[in-house]
Amino acid sequence: MTSKRWNEPAVTEALAAEHGIKADEYKRLLEIVGRTPTFTELGIYSVMWSEHCSYKSSKIWLRKFPTEAPWVICGPGENAGVIDIGDGQAAIFKMESHNHPSYIEPFQGAATGVGGILRDVFTMGARPVANLNALRFGEPSHPKTRSLVAGVVAGIGHYGNCVGVPTVGGETNFHKAYNGNCLVNAMTVGVAQQDKIFYSKAAGVGNPVVYVGSKTGRDGIHGATMSSAEFTEDSEAKRPTVQVGDPFTEKLLIEACLELMATDAIQSIQDMGAAGLTSSSVEMAGKGGLGIELHLEKVPQRELNMTPYEIMLSESQERMLIILKPGSEDLARSIMEKWELDFAVIGHLTDTGRFVLKMDGETYCDLALAPLFDAAPLYTRPTEPTPAPAALEPELRALKQSAGAVLTRLIACPDLASKRWIWEQYDSQVGADTRFLSGQADAAVVRVHGTQKGLALSSDVTPRYCHADPYRGGMQAVAESYRNISAVGATPLAITDNMNFGNPEKPRIMGQFAACVEGMAEACRVLDYPVVSGNVSLYNETNGEGILPTPTVGGVGLLADGMKAVGLALRNAGDVLLLLGETAGHLGQSLYLREILGREDGPTPPVDLALERRTAELVRALIADGLVSASHDVSDGGLAVALAEMAMAGGIGADLPVLADADAGTLFGEDQARYVLAVPADKAAEVGARAAAAGVPVSKLGTVGGDALTGLPGGAIPVAALRGANEGWLPSYMAGTAH
Amino acid sequence: MKSAVIVFPGSNCDRDMAVALERVSGKKPHMAFHKDTDLPEVDVIAVPGGFSYGDYLRCGAMAAHSPIMRVVKERAARGVRVMGICNGFQILTEAGLLPGALIRNKTLKYICKTVDLRVESTNSAFTGKYGAGQIIRIPVGHGEGNFVADAATLDRLEGEGRVAFRYVTAAGAVDAEGNPNGASRNIAGIFNETRTVLGMMPHPERAFDPLHGNTDGRAFFDSLLETLS
Repeated sequence: MTSKRWNEPAVTEALAAEHGIKADEYKRLLEIVGRTPTFTELGIYSVMWSEHCSYKSSKIWLRKFPTEAPWVICGPGENAGVIDIGDGQAAIFKMESHNHPSYIEPFQGAATGVGGILRDVFTMGARPVANLNALRFGEPSHPKTRSLVAGVVAGIGHYGNCVGVPTVGGETNFHKAYNGNCLVNAMTVGVAQQDKIFYSKAAGVGNPVVYVGSKTGRDGIHGATMSSAEFTEDSEAKRPTVQVGDPFTEKLLIEACLELMATDAIQSIQDMGAAGLTSSSVEMAGKGGLGIELHLEKVPQRELNMTPYEIMLSESQERMLIILKPGSEDLARSIMEKWELDFAVIGHLTDTGRFVLKMDGETYCDLALAPLFDAAPLYTRPTEPTPAPAALEPELRALKQSAGAVLTRLIACPDLASKRWIWEQYDSQVGADTRFLSGQADAAVVRVHGTQKGLALSSDVTPRYCHADPYRGGMQAVAESYRNISAVGATPLAITDNMNFGNPEKPRIMGQFAACVEGMAEACRVLDYPVVSGNVSLYNETNGEGILPTPTVGGVGLLADGMKAVGLALRNAGDVLLLLGETAGHLGQSLYLREILGREDGPTPPVDLALERRTAELVRALIADGLVSASHDVSDGGLAVALAEMAMAGGIGADLPVLADADAGTLFGEDQARYVLAVPADKAAEVGARAAAAGVPVSKLGTVGGDALTGLPGGAIPVAALRGANEGWLPSYMAGTAH
Repeated sequence: MKSAVIVFPGSNCDRDMAVALERVSGKKPHMAFHKDTDLPEVDVIAVPGGFSYGDYLRCGAMAAHSPIMRVVKERAARGVRVMGICNGFQILTEAGLLPGALIRNKTLKYICKTVDLRVESTNSAFTGKYGAGQIIRIPVGHGEGNFVADAATLDRLEGEGRVAFRYVTAAGAVDAEGNPNGASRNIAGIFNETRTVLGMMPHPERAFDPLHGNTDGRAFFDSLLETLS
C-alpha cells in the first residue's frame, strides 16, 4: 500500500466521526467491510450513509405515502416521478431542497439547486418545461434576510433564465423560525414520450460506464454530509462545500442528452447530484445488482493532483453517468463533442458485486457494493406528539377596525405582499407555452408543447398550520395543492413532496415529521393524489433552533384544453361572485391573528377531505362547461383577502352587500375547502343548482364592478389603494426603505 | 416565405421563433447550427434569443465570430432580411450589422414583463402591417437590454427613421417610467441603413398565440409574410 501515489491517512473512529459517522455506525461499517476501510472507502461510506443520501431517519415513514394510481408510471425511487398525461406522453417531475448551501452562499446555492433538479428530470428523458420555487426566509428585520432574498432570487434567475426553462410559479414566505435556515425548494416539470423514458438501473456486464458533461473539480466535496448536520456559528466557513453552477453547460447537457436519448445508445443514465460520482455509480450498479469498476485517471478533471477521495466526493455540477449499450461509444462521443462536452469511458459493469476504484493501476477502493446501496442504518427515531393547541377565545371574532384598514395591512404583510419584484427577474415566457403564472391563477398553467393540453402546477404548504398541528397541517398542505390545481380547472394527478424539518434526533421534531407524513398520506389517499417523488431535508436548525415544519407539496394537474384554464382576475362587470364551501370563521393560526393581533396561536383549521374533493370536482366541472370567468381558492388571509386578490388582478372592484355586518372570523378566517367564483349573471342560477346537487354549500357574495370593494364594514376600499399596498412592500424592503 | 433560424450553443428562443415562422408561413424554417458554413437560399434569417455561449465575455460577442455569422453577413449584404431578437440583437450589434451596443439594464436586474412599445416606423418588411405610432404590448426578457450609442449615431438613427420601436408608457409617453432598461431615447429596436436588418429586445414570438393572452406580435410576422412571399 505504501507505494501508491496517494498516501491516504489511516482511518480511525475519530476520523470516521469527522465524516459524520457515529460510533455505532462505524462499528456496523467495520463488520460489513471486515477490515479497516481505506480513506477513500470511508469517504464513500460517509456520503452513502449520510441522511441526505440514505434517508435513514425518514425512510420508514415515507413508506406510508400512497404512491400508486392508474396514471402513475413511476413512483418514488427513481430520479423523478412519472405520470401519464395521455397521447403517449408523460409528465416527469420532482421538487428538491437546496437549503443548507443557499444559506451559506445564496447565489450559487440557489442556482445549483435549480441545476440539480433540472438534471433529475431530463436524466429520465424529459425536456424540462417549467420550474417553480418555494422559498422561505427569516423575518424581514433580521440582518441577513435581505441579502439572502437578493442572492437566492438572483441565483435562481441566473440559472433558470440561461437554461431556457420558464420559471412560472412558486411561493415566498417570511418567518423568524427561518432566520438561521432559509429554505430553497426547487421543482422542475418535464415532458417525455412514454416509450422514451430512461431509468437508472444498470444492466449488462461489461457495458461501458461513461462520464459526460463538465470536468470534475474540488467543489462541493462533502456537500451531502454538510446537509445532514445542524448549523452552528461557524457554518459559513463551510462555503467551499457549496458547488458552483454553469447554466450554459447545463443547457448544452440538456440538448446533448436529449439528442443521445433519441438514439438507441443508452442502457441507463443518472445525473451526478449529491455525493457525485459515488452515489450515481453505486445507485446504478446497486439497482442492477451488479458490480462496477472505475478507473479514476480517466475522469475528466479541471484541477491538478486530485486524489481518488476528492474525485469520488466532488459535487461538481453538470455531470451525468451513462451506461451505454455495447458498440455505442462512437455515436455517443460524437453527440457530446458536437455540444462541446467532455466524454470519457471511465469503467465498466462487472458481475463481481464489488465497487472497485482504481487510479493509475492502483486500487483505492474494493468494497461489496450492495451494503453501500441498501445496508445504510435505518432509524426508528423516538417521536413525541405536538400538544394540541388551546382554542381561541370567541370574542376575538369582533372586528375592532374598518375592514379596509385591516385588509390593506394584511395584503401588504410580507407573506401576502406581491412578489412581483421576484418573479419579474425570472424568464417566465421562454418556450412560448406559458398560459398563467402563479400570481395570475391559483396554479401556473403551461401548455404541453405541440398539443392543446395544459399542465397546472402549484407549490403549497402552510408551515404555521404544520407547527400547531402537524397531522392537520400535513393534510392541509395536500388539500390546498389539490384545491389550487382544481381552481384553474385542471384535474390533480400527483404530487412531489419536499419535507423540510429540524433535527430528527429530537423526538419533538421527529414527531412533527411523522404526523405531517400521516396527515399528508391520508389526504393523498382520499383525494387520489399520490406521491410520485420527493426529497427530505432534515437538520434545518441553527444553534438548536429548528424551522417550522415545512412539508412543501408540488402538485401537477392536467387540462385537456389549456385555453380553458381560468385565472383569478375578475374580468367582467356584472358577473356574480359566489362562495363555495362553509365559513365557520376559524381564526386559529390565521394571518389575521398574526399580523393584526400579533398572536401565533390557536388550532389549525379543520380539513374535511370529503368536502374538499366534492367541491373541487364541482369547480372543475363548472370550468369545463365554461360557466366560470374567474376562480380563486380561499386560503391565507381568508375571504376578504381572496376577494381583494381577485379585484387587484383584474383591476376591477365588487359590491359585497352580504358582508356588511361581517366579523373578523367571516372576513379573515381561514376555513378550508372554499372557493370564490365569478360567473356570468345569467349562469348564476345554474351554478347554484349544480352546487346544491353536488352537496356543496354555495352563497352569493355580490357583483363584480366599479373600482372599489364596496359593502364591507367600514366603507369602500379602492382597488388602486389595495394594489399600491400590495405592490409596495417588497420593492421598498429590498431597496432598504421598509422593514 | 422561406426562413432560417440560427442555433448557437445557449440559444433558447430558437424553437419559439421557428414555431412562429412556421405557423405564419406554412414552411418549416431551416435550423442552422453555429458551426455551419453555408445556408440554403432563404428570404429571412432569424437570430434568436437566449444566452449564446453563456453570455461569456460579453453578450453576443462570441456568437458574432462564429462560422455561421460570416454567412449571415454575406446574405445581409445581399439584402436578405435579417432579424435579431433579444440576444440576437446583441449579436447583430457585435457583428457590426447594426450600430450601438446593449449594456446591463439600468436596474442591474434581469427583467421579464410585457411592455408597451410604440411602432416608430412602418416602412420595413418587419413592421409594415402595424399602424404608424401604434402602441403594442410585447414581452421582454433580458438582463442586458439597455441600448447605447453615441449622440451622433442616435441622431442619425432618429433622423433617418431607423428607430423601429420605442418603449413607452401605456398612455404613449416616451419617458423613464415607460423605459424598462434605461435604453437611450427609449429605443427598443432599430434598422440598418437599408431597413433590411432589424434588431429588437422585445420578443414578438411571445405575443403570437391566443394562449399568450396577447397577439400584438402577430402583425410582425404577418408583415414579413406579406413582403417576402
